[in-house]
Amino acid sequence: MTPAEILTIALLGAITGLDVVSFPQAMISRPIVAATIAGLVLGEPQGGLLVGAVLELIALETLPVGASRYPEWGSASIVGGALYALHPNHGAGGITTAVLAALATAWVGGWTMYMIRRFNGVIARRWIPTLGLGSGRAVIAIQTAGLAADFARGGLLTLVAMLMFDPLARAMVGLWSIDARMSRAIVVAAAAAVAAGAVWKLFHNTPGARWFFGGGLAVGLLMVLAW
Amino acid sequence: MVATTATPIPTPTLSAFTWIEIFIRQLAVQASWNYELLLGTGIGFCLEPALRSLPGGREGEAYRAAMARQSAYFNAHPYLTAVAVGSLARAELERAPAGQIERFRTALCGPLGSVGDRLVWAGWLPFCSLIALAAYGLGAGPVAVLLIFLGLYNVGHIGLRVWGLRVGWKHGMRVAAALANPVLRHGPNYIARAAALLAGIALPLALDRIIEPGRALLGGVLLAAVGGAVLLTQLHGRVEGWRIALGVLAASALYSVVAR
Repeated sequence: MTPAEILTIALLGAITGLDVVSFPQAMISRPIVAATIAGLVLGEPQGGLLVGAVLELIALETLPVGASRYPEWGSASIVGGALYALHPNHGAGGITTAVLAALATAWVGGWTMYMIRRFNGVIARRWIPTLGLGSGRAVIAIQTAGLAADFARGGLLTLVAMLMFDPLARAMVGLWSIDARMSRAIVVAAAAAVAAGAVWKLFHNTPGARWFFGGGLAVGLLMVLAW
Repeated sequence: MVATTATPIPTPTLSAFTWIEIFIRQLAVQASWNYELLLGTGIGFCLEPALRSLPGGREGEAYRAAMARQSAYFNAHPYLTAVAVGSLARAELERAPAGQIERFRTALCGPLGSVGDRLVWAGWLPFCSLIALAAYGLGAGPVAVLLIFLGLYNVGHIGLRVWGLRVGWKHGMRVAAALANPVLRHGPNYIARAAALLAGIALPLALDRIIEPGRALLGGVLLAAVGGAVLLTQLHGRVEGWRIALGVLAASALYSVVAR
């Protein structure tokens, strides 16, 4: 991993980390987008898309509702996509290590988002007397500080995760003993279970949704068998 | 006896440049989200360009009073804060009484939060994710998947924000009627049904493409997936699925490296 590559990845992590909540919430932080972009930038778009699709299945269960604490998928997906793209022959454990690193980063990322919210609270409390006087400049200063802090958070998180997981992933792939088919099957089973659970969680209260799901499943399975 | 009549305030107008500025600021409404004021400062930030039109401009008493009111605690779905920003801008520029604006502002929080969460986070976002996964499963390449997801999602996202600003500005403090819009009332149910149908189609297709080298194990994978999903639903959200996935993958990695 060259310094230029790692800086580019950190910048992508900062941008997608910012997109999760602060600006512009256009969902470039969704795993299927962020991991694919990381792959595209590193010359391995198909690999990025593969990791992105697995992470997207897992992220289906996350509802980014207001004050709740949830995994930060933006920077994490950049890490997952980049790790997979950086290992040219991937190896049997390539997908497992990339997804594992992304999940761990998402976990830590959720905690860093909580810390940013507390930091924003400290800044806001400091400015409350000025806000009470109706200062437009205070409002702009608070928003700008929040944006800058979140951008730095995403970049730093991605940088640290890459520096930690890149050598670790290489070492693990070198020692990997489960064959490629089984490794891939375990990843897919874990992602599929989470996705199916998420679909149930999201739609089981909607009248008729289970029939729509059943009908869709029949069509989907027929298409898989037909191909 | 001389009768005194209040000077009527003309219907306010904002320049196209001000609307663009408000719209761009809307995209950063959550930039300083915190546990004290939640979105409060963000609302003040979005309204600030409009409030400059108040008598006296930035240094005027009206501007300062309005900024102080609009930077207090506020909570709503971020996309639907556009409705609040549009209607509050109109109310402030029409010089509605301060107490009335504050009560209206407080009343907006609940509906704009719950409707937005159901419509966007639990409806439109998973729907677009599933479309992208279906496209991936059907063999779409990286750029196509990106364009499909980002294009589709942001038609809804940007459309909702623009609609919110327009409807809020048009109705001002009488915006409640606009919130009874059929898209907001029935949209979440329709989107949920469409997403459920799509989930049934997309999941097998996406899994089939991801598993490629291990297709011989697809039967076992489907059984494990069904078992895992049943377990997750029985846990009723006590443990999040991604944590279980993390545990399973960590255990398999450890086994693979140690058992060598």
